[in-house]
Amino acid sequence: MQLQTMAAEKLSQAAPPADAAIAIDDVTLRFVTPDGHMMTAIRDFTMTVARGEFACVVGPTGCGKSTTLNLVTGLLRPTTGNVRVMSNPVTEISRDIGFVFQADALFPWRSVIDNVAAGPLYRGTPKAQAYDRARDWIARVGLARFEKHYPHQLSGGMRKRVALAQTFINQPKILLMDEPFSALDMQTRTAMQDELLGLWSELKSSVVFVTHDLEEAVALADKVYVLTAGPGTVKSVYRIDLPRPRVMADIRYDQKFIEIAKVIWNDLREEVQLGQSRGLQTGH
Amino acid sequence: MTVISPTTDQAAARATSIVAAEARARARLRRRHALVIGLRLAILIVFLALWELGADYGVIDPFFFSSPSGIWEQIWSWVTEGTSQGPLWLQMYVTLEETFLGFAIGAIGGIAAGIILGRNKLLADVFSIYIKIANSVPRVVLGSVFIIALGLGMASKVALAVVMVFFVVFANAFQGVREADRAMIANAQILGASPYQITTTVIIPSAMSWILASLHVSFGFALVGAVVGEFLGAKQGMGLLISTAQGAFNANGVFAAMIILAVMALVVEFLITRFENYVVKWRPAPFNEQGT
Repeated sequence: MQLQTMAAEKLSQAAPPADAAIAIDDVTLRFVTPDGHMMTAIRDFTMTVARGEFACVVGPTGCGKSTTLNLVTGLLRPTTGNVRVMSNPVTEISRDIGFVFQADALFPWRSVIDNVAAGPLYRGTPKAQAYDRARDWIARVGLARFEKHYPHQLSGGMRKRVALAQTFINQPKILLMDEPFSALDMQTRTAMQDELLGLWSELKSSVVFVTHDLEEAVALADKVYVLTAGPGTVKSVYRIDLPRPRVMADIRYDQKFIEIAKVIWNDLREEVQLGQSRGLQTGH
Repeated sequence: MTVISPTTDQAAARATSIVAAEARARARLRRRHALVIGLRLAILIVFLALWELGADYGVIDPFFFSSPSGIWEQIWSWVTEGTSQGPLWLQMYVTLEETFLGFAIGAIGGIAAGIILGRNKLLADVFSIYIKIANSVPRVVLGSVFIIALGLGMASKVALAVVMVFFVVFANAFQGVREADRAMIANAQILGASPYQITTTVIIPSAMSWILASLHVSFGFALVGAVVGEFLGAKQGMGLLISTAQGAFNANGVFAAMIILAVMALVVEFLITRFENYVVKWRPAPFNEQGT
């Protein structure tokens, strides 16, 4: 096994253990499009995230990466197979879940502190206590001077910090992220990745991080899932044994990192090409 | 690899030239603002002067088209001596009261209906056809129905103003609710919001800009509703004043009442804008702020 010496160990898929934080077991999801056709979003999909583990999902455009996240929230129900979160079957949106969106999902009519306090207030925390916690989280993401600002007065990176504080204040045991940093410039993205790893190591959440950026996935994750071109299923799973704590600005020059990224890219490349040629045929 | 750095001399000289340039730019902006105001005033004065002179020299027949001095005399006599129906203030008050009542009822009804139908797909699908039908009825004609049913008093005018306002506000509120951002709703849901909390803290604020835009337009409609209602039959109000002046071939009276109504509408429009700025102060400033 040459791969193991390169710290990217290809794992074989087994049935999920009972105590996993997230267990998606042999799930197929079909839905009916508005014009009455059956679409398969993902098929025979199996994924396990242990407690405190950081898993990344990469794959070509339109392969159902985001669908996997919506299965965990319960916003989508599997057609066959089952999904368990913290050992319980998913029936409604679990209070253990936090979600960071790709698009800006902050409330533009609320100031930074009102945005961050939203979660505890929705969940019935007394006002004073909710605002105390919000102030604490805003300070942790380095925005103490901007509590009273509105989102439109902040830069893209600062808005992402607010979004992280808004999600982390609920102390989610499960953290789902849908290409959260894809709209940011390179330097801001690197800073946000460090920020995220810092917050994650304090909170010890289990993370599913969807991205189309393989280097981002390798830099952040314990485990990388490579999906096939749609309808997506797991093509291969890699364990990334780079030591932690990792520093995002430096890791991309690490020899081991480059080797791992190359190995996984060889795997991913065929799917990306397949996805693109299909996209050209169907005109999407 | 060589590092090439910029030279740092002459920094002080550059700073003073920046201050001077800023002062020049500010002066230029002030001059332009004064120019815009001056030109606006000039156009008004030229327009009124041409009208007045045209009426004096017989180019425009003041019997049909009145004249600025004639309109002014009419307004002054209404203010000092009162109108044939009683004091001018009372007429304005009656019309404003009908307008505001109709506006408030129509707007609240429209907002409520828009939010309920916007949040409930089934109700929206069922009722959309009836709303389309009701909306295509020429609403001014309903004025006659209301006067037959509700009499010459205030109720018939308020009812007409309500139907004028309701559909505009409803359509905007409905659209605003439908356009609420999906990601924002999902975010609130995952943060722990109940459906009721989503409606009050996400749907209504995001529909607010749509609703406020419709309030601007629909206040004008409410005023039209009230005045047309008075036109069709009333005992008091600015609409009756116009219809009386029309019956007496008093062009001065028609123009005078028209100008008073326009001033009333402008004042209320100003108040609505103030209210809007207060409610949506989270919005970024418009890109082009000049000229006000």
